[in-house]
Amino acid sequence: MASVVEPESPVEQEYRWTLNFGPQHPATHTTLRLILQIEGERVLHAAPDIGYLHSGFEKIGEHLNYNQYVTVTDRMNYISPMANNIAWHHAVETLLGIEVPKRCKYIRTILAELARISDHLLCNGAAALDTGAFTAFLYAFNQREVLYNIFETLCGARFTTSYTRVGGLMYDATPKFIEQVRAFVKNFPQVHGEVCRLLNRNRIFVERTKGIGVLSKEQAINRSATGPIARASGVTRDLRKDEPYLAYGDLDFNVVCSTEGDCFHRYLVRMDEMLESLKIVEQALENLPAGPVNVPMADRLILPDKSRVYNTIEGLITHFEVVMTNRGFQAPRDECYAAIEAPNGELGFYLVSDGSDIAYRARCRPPSFIHFALFPDLIQGHMVSDIVAVLGSLNIIAAELDR
Amino acid sequence: MTTAEIHQQLVARFGDKITGANLEAIDPWVEVASAAIVEVAQYLKSEPSLVFDALNNLCGVDYLETDAKKAAKFGHEPHVEVVYHLYSYTHRHSLVVKVKLPRWESDEAGRLPDVPSVAGVWAIADWHEREAYDLVGINFTGHPNLHRILCAEDWVGHALRKDYEFPLEYHGIRGR
Repeated sequence: MASVVEPESPVEQEYRWTLNFGPQHPATHTTLRLILQIEGERVLHAAPDIGYLHSGFEKIGEHLNYNQYVTVTDRMNYISPMANNIAWHHAVETLLGIEVPKRCKYIRTILAELARISDHLLCNGAAALDTGAFTAFLYAFNQREVLYNIFETLCGARFTTSYTRVGGLMYDATPKFIEQVRAFVKNFPQVHGEVCRLLNRNRIFVERTKGIGVLSKEQAINRSATGPIARASGVTRDLRKDEPYLAYGDLDFNVVCSTEGDCFHRYLVRMDEMLESLKIVEQALENLPAGPVNVPMADRLILPDKSRVYNTIEGLITHFEVVMTNRGFQAPRDECYAAIEAPNGELGFYLVSDGSDIAYRARCRPPSFIHFALFPDLIQGHMVSDIVAVLGSLNIIAAELDR
Repeated sequence: MTTAEIHQQLVARFGDKITGANLEAIDPWVEVASAAIVEVAQYLKSEPSLVFDALNNLCGVDYLETDAKKAAKFGHEPHVEVVYHLYSYTHRHSLVVKVKLPRWESDEAGRLPDVPSVAGVWAIADWHEREAYDLVGINFTGHPNLHRILCAEDWVGHALRKDYEFPLEYHGIRGR
């Protein structure tokens, strides 16, 4: 866990301090620790120390079946759990070779984009909070509340949604949900504009973020940065465009990029991505296909709804086939890696299957882990007060970082 | 390029250092001898027709069936694998490379298997390899700072090994 800075000769160290930042510090938002070597206020070297929230998610993945594990993915990146649910079952369905119905794809697309908006709201809100702009944080959280209400309508849970299932969803979308999303799509641009007006030309915010923590394009590629962080540095990679999954192939949207790669442009990319997400949500919602939301009952993958279980013999048999241990679905003895464009970057799962309905190995490619590895390079030579700006713009979620 | 084409190119270049491939899998992979991994990685990164400039993911997998009844059906000899998921931003193609290792070096229980580190080729491998060392128990030789990253420095055992047993106690905290 600890990776303490190698001491140099005492003469060089004379004016240096070693400062311990975290693991419990209001600006880290979660539990992570930095061992900083500073000269005056300038950071010479930062050694991240992680693992405070390690909870063995990958080990749990070897003991829970493909449907059960979705509850653990909620707790990975807990500020956009829907995106994690979708990523997990996207990988499982790739392994099993299932094509989900079109309605399911569209609903998942809407949810993935709502999750992106909620993630970016929190990230930008918290980044603004840390750099002294408290009001924008409240605006952002107020909108997150609306999104939580939408998720609650859909699945009964606000935070730990666990909404997806292998080959489908927990429940179909209701007219109430559609009404709420329509209202959100209508109202959100106004709030978005207000947050932009609060921050984009806010002198304190701009001066604290512009030119801070610059990530070059080469570095972003060599260190596998993804998502808004890579796109802010000019890497035009977006899985939604490059390898369209779900319904993204049918929808019209732009990939937001910048070339500067500093904290301010990461903020701007996130801000503009929210509007693009809103475009996707609107299109998907207005073109939401009718039809079943789950794969057919005969596939014996998903629990049939209760009316079928109680009233038909096929439903009853399927129910028992699915819930009984050793009678669940059969996975091929294969392995696959499948990823989605989560709000934070590429969130992928590498699954190895031994033929049972439990993964033999469930490796997660966590974007936070990879982005936090960039941190020492980004902060080098900057001030201590810039640490919070860089941390905020990287959107490090410790639960995903440590898993 | 498809994995089959890349495999042919690698075999032509490296001969028997490419120890195998599975081109029928959902994600086809190429298997490389552990001693040659750095050489192959450098080639994969620098060859103009390949340019795998990003290491997307690196992880270890432990293959072992502890239940004797299921061992016959399991279909894998006990071994440990390191899996590299590569991506090329230049050509927009990806590749899976695997290195197979014994579970213990020279079958001596407790001696971690060695594989050369690719942290010099892709900088991000640094943290991934530390995680694989910590959780799966693979010794990456030539790694700049091979310490545990997620578990505590004095933790015993490697949690993602299939025969791992949770410690009875850790600094006075009851384990199981």
